[in-house]
Amino acid sequence: MIAETGQFALILALLVALVQGTIPMIGAARGDRAWMDLARPAAFAQFALVALAFAALTTCYVTSDFSVLNVVQNSHTDKPMIYKISGVWGNHEGSMLLWVFILAIYGMAVAAAGGNLPPALRARALAVQALIAVGFILFILTTSNPFTRIDPAPFNGNGLNPLLQDPGLAFHPPFLYLGYVGFSMAFSFAIAALIEGRVDAAWARWVRPWTLVAWCSLTLGIGLGSWWAYYTLGWGGWWYWDPVENASFMPWLAGTALLHSSIVVEKRDTLKAWSILLAIVAFSLSLLGTFLVRSGVLTSVHSFASDPARGVFVLGLLVLVTGGSLTLFAFRANQLKGGGLFAPLSREGSLLLNNVLMSTAAGTVLLGTLYPLFADALNLGKVSVGPPFFNAVFLPLMVPMVVTMGIGPLLQWKRGDLAGALGRLKLAFIAALLVAVGTWLVAGGSSGPLWAAGGLAIAAWLFVGTLVELAARIRLGRGPLGDALERLGQLPRSAWGMTITHASLAMVIVGITGSTAWKSEHIQVMRPGETVNVAGYEVTLQGTEDNIRGPNYSALRATFIARKGGDLVAVMKPEKRMYTQPPRPTTDAAIHTNLLGDLYVVIGDPDGSGGFVTRLYYNPLVPWIFMGAVFMVIGGLVSLTDRRYRVGAPLRTARAAAAAARG
Amino acid sequence: MISRRLTTASFWFLAVLLLSLSWPVLAVQPDEILKDPVLEGRARVLSKELRCLVCQNQSIDDSDADLARDLRVLLRQRLKAGDSDQQARQYLVDRYGDYVLLNPPFKGGTIVLWVGPAVLLGLALLAAFLFLRRRAAGQTMVEAAAQPLSEQEQRRLDALLKDDKTP
Amino acid sequence: MLRRWSVMLPVLIFFVLVGFFYWRIVMMERGDMPNMIPSAMIDKPAPEFDLPPLLLEKAGLKTADLQGQVTLVNFFASWCIPCRVEHPLLTQLAGRVRLVGIVYKDKPEDARAWLSRLGDPYKALAQDRDGRVGIDFGVYGVPESYLIGKDGRIRFKQVGPFTPEDISNKLVPLLAELQK
Repeated sequence: MIAETGQFALILALLVALVQGTIPMIGAARGDRAWMDLARPAAFAQFALVALAFAALTTCYVTSDFSVLNVVQNSHTDKPMIYKISGVWGNHEGSMLLWVFILAIYGMAVAAAGGNLPPALRARALAVQALIAVGFILFILTTSNPFTRIDPAPFNGNGLNPLLQDPGLAFHPPFLYLGYVGFSMAFSFAIAALIEGRVDAAWARWVRPWTLVAWCSLTLGIGLGSWWAYYTLGWGGWWYWDPVENASFMPWLAGTALLHSSIVVEKRDTLKAWSILLAIVAFSLSLLGTFLVRSGVLTSVHSFASDPARGVFVLGLLVLVTGGSLTLFAFRANQLKGGGLFAPLSREGSLLLNNVLMSTAAGTVLLGTLYPLFADALNLGKVSVGPPFFNAVFLPLMVPMVVTMGIGPLLQWKRGDLAGALGRLKLAFIAALLVAVGTWLVAGGSSGPLWAAGGLAIAAWLFVGTLVELAARIRLGRGPLGDALERLGQLPRSAWGMTITHASLAMVIVGITGSTAWKSEHIQVMRPGETVNVAGYEVTLQGTEDNIRGPNYSALRATFIARKGGDLVAVMKPEKRMYTQPPRPTTDAAIHTNLLGDLYVVIGDPDGSGGFVTRLYYNPLVPWIFMGAVFMVIGGLVSLTDRRYRVGAPLRTARAAAAAARG
Repeated sequence: MISRRLTTASFWFLAVLLLSLSWPVLAVQPDEILKDPVLEGRARVLSKELRCLVCQNQSIDDSDADLARDLRVLLRQRLKAGDSDQQARQYLVDRYGDYVLLNPPFKGGTIVLWVGPAVLLGLALLAAFLFLRRRAAGQTMVEAAAQPLSEQEQRRLDALLKDDKTP
Repeated sequence: MLRRWSVMLPVLIFFVLVGFFYWRIVMMERGDMPNMIPSAMIDKPAPEFDLPPLLLEKAGLKTADLQGQVTLVNFFASWCIPCRVEHPLLTQLAGRVRLVGIVYKDKPEDARAWLSRLGDPYKALAQDRDGRVGIDFGVYGVPESYLIGKDGRIRFKQVGPFTPEDISNKLVPLLAELQK
């Protein structure tokens, strides 16, 4: 019954989405307020129905209803509850339902919070949103129905891939989708604006919070995925340039570019057509990712079980959504006339350079990811494009990017004073130089590559440059300290957001540089009692216990004692697990972090004569990558609370409107 | 070794998600490691650039697939026998083709790949340049048409700007 | 003018991409998966090897044995499920071409048991226990089959199990040509 309820709710949601996608659009064209206003209740209804469908599937998982095929294929009664729930989206069908659910959440949020939007813009944006929902609900119902029954119902399920039975990965997809789908808001507003033929500062102000929400979620989603890879895959890597990772990274790059270009639209009323294009591209790249992951057209480490029929459907959706919107763009973009003028050396100029580099980076990742496909199609042979390529081409783009990030915020709008900005950045320059020389003296030469000095120097440049900008903003040192502090307290949240995110990027750069340059690795057979020196730690294998029982696995657990100079630092217990259903092994690394680096210990197979293969790593500065990502998200959230998004959109009216819509 | 079955129908049997997901691996085993740290260092660098053929997008250094292990051992034997890095790499390319190289060689079929990013950057910079130039051309016209502010307008503007600074 | 043209560019690029994707999907429906690698050994001489026999009564295999007549070299193993699927087809094929087998990374007793259960269509059977000869051929999984011409050069490689279509569409025409 529950599964049927879910399916029925989904069919109703499809019908509601059809209404929401057409009537308000026609209403907006005709200027019929009643037709336009239908969009809001429809968005609420769609949310309620999709939520019901999602709740139904979740119930099937929680109660282990093995008459539902999807539950059979992905769940098992022995699974801990959290992974029964995360199993809902740990598979193709369920994850598509989550996708549509998040789409409905965003739609409802616009309907609820969009009280201050012009009615026609709101109606059109919600209609576009609904049309996307129509496509995806149809996709679910026709090719990927999670509610399909199986008769006779088996006694138990096949279980969930043990690699997914992990807190990091359990919440990775929801955040990722909040990001992917979040870009659909910017997209819907862009299409609405193209239909209206008008983009102005107000438009940019409406779109920006949604883009920020999407960007923060995507950043967190990518960060979680990377962290998960770091601690589960067992060799301490955190980024592999795999097509699936690239699929999430490309929309991130485009979204980051959009966040920056929309500032120019808002403040200076120019770069409009470009921002619209970025909004379309950011969402299209999200859809492209969905296509790549689910169609199997690329070989990837972690794609879903691929199926050409689904691939054709998603490709069709891509053609409708992206092809349609880009065609609309081609016809309408020329109507978007820019206003504000600026010199190349100005704040706008630097944001433009950011966009040039960001979009080149996105294009480069796209080229590298799809090149094996191009080469194959054009009969140039099968090639592999792996990490060495991406590292080689990405770095030269990121260096000028980070240099610009130091200078840009110090330039004035319209026409900046480069010499003045560089003068203020003296401190950042000195810091970079000191760090470079210091790194080279301390850790260069034999114990690490020379480029590491460059990596840390550029991070220092960005970090100090960001602080210099903050100091300049509050006119620190040019008047009484109290005044400066008062100005600090009065800084808009968006300024804080920028300061925090830019400084966090410096942190991430430090982490990437350190972990790549000075990682140390020791692979050997150890017997209980033996000690190995790893980057200044004495790590002793104290002993192992076999047959530790987990809820749905048995494990070999080792106990390591890490000491530094004889003092106990940590007791570490890595495990090697064998899951019962499906029967697959996983490794559970033990990580001891002091925030400057991770001691990373993995236990392997016994060698048959009392010893065990052990892998001991010291990954310096890796925590900075993940902490940096978290701070980036915090920066984005701080920016989201900026006063200007609330002005003219008092929460009270939105709530009242929502209540009215519900009643 | 992963045996394969590549018909469309079989994908349905593989409907367990993420089946091909890389297994947490204990890639390089202690017994493979060469005594000579210089040779071993070269082998590690090389094996990070060689694709494990059966496990999608992993290098043989990262993979615990049987074939990856065979190739790691083979690679080390070649290096011990005196092969240069290039010779050892070529040994595998002769057998498996360029597909085995994660770092695609610069040649006919990959020119677009290697030159592409630079071309993209050039095009993006050109587009930005043209945009600025066109706007600058417009600007001179606007400036010619613009009248200096009257004293009253100037005062209003100053007042507005002042307002703007206090949030 | 330039602007009018440049706003068309995104949609044009997009549809070119769609063309590539569509091609890939069509190829996948025909059974050509993106992770299938064409052999780098086509038209090259078969590698040098000399492998011990699997059975007492049947010869092993060495490079010289591949000269003079068209031979299909089949790499298989008892632990490989698709090999089992392929086996009846190979048995049928054995009448049309000289079929030899190389047991890839398998215990000899397991391979013998497997053959005695399913039948042995091979003219010669060799064992490649460490898989080194497999690597020399460019094997990256089993089953794989190599069709070798009279001149001892590799002419065709089958990745994965043969299907009846593969045999009638690819192998048979090639055989007719090579056996001329």
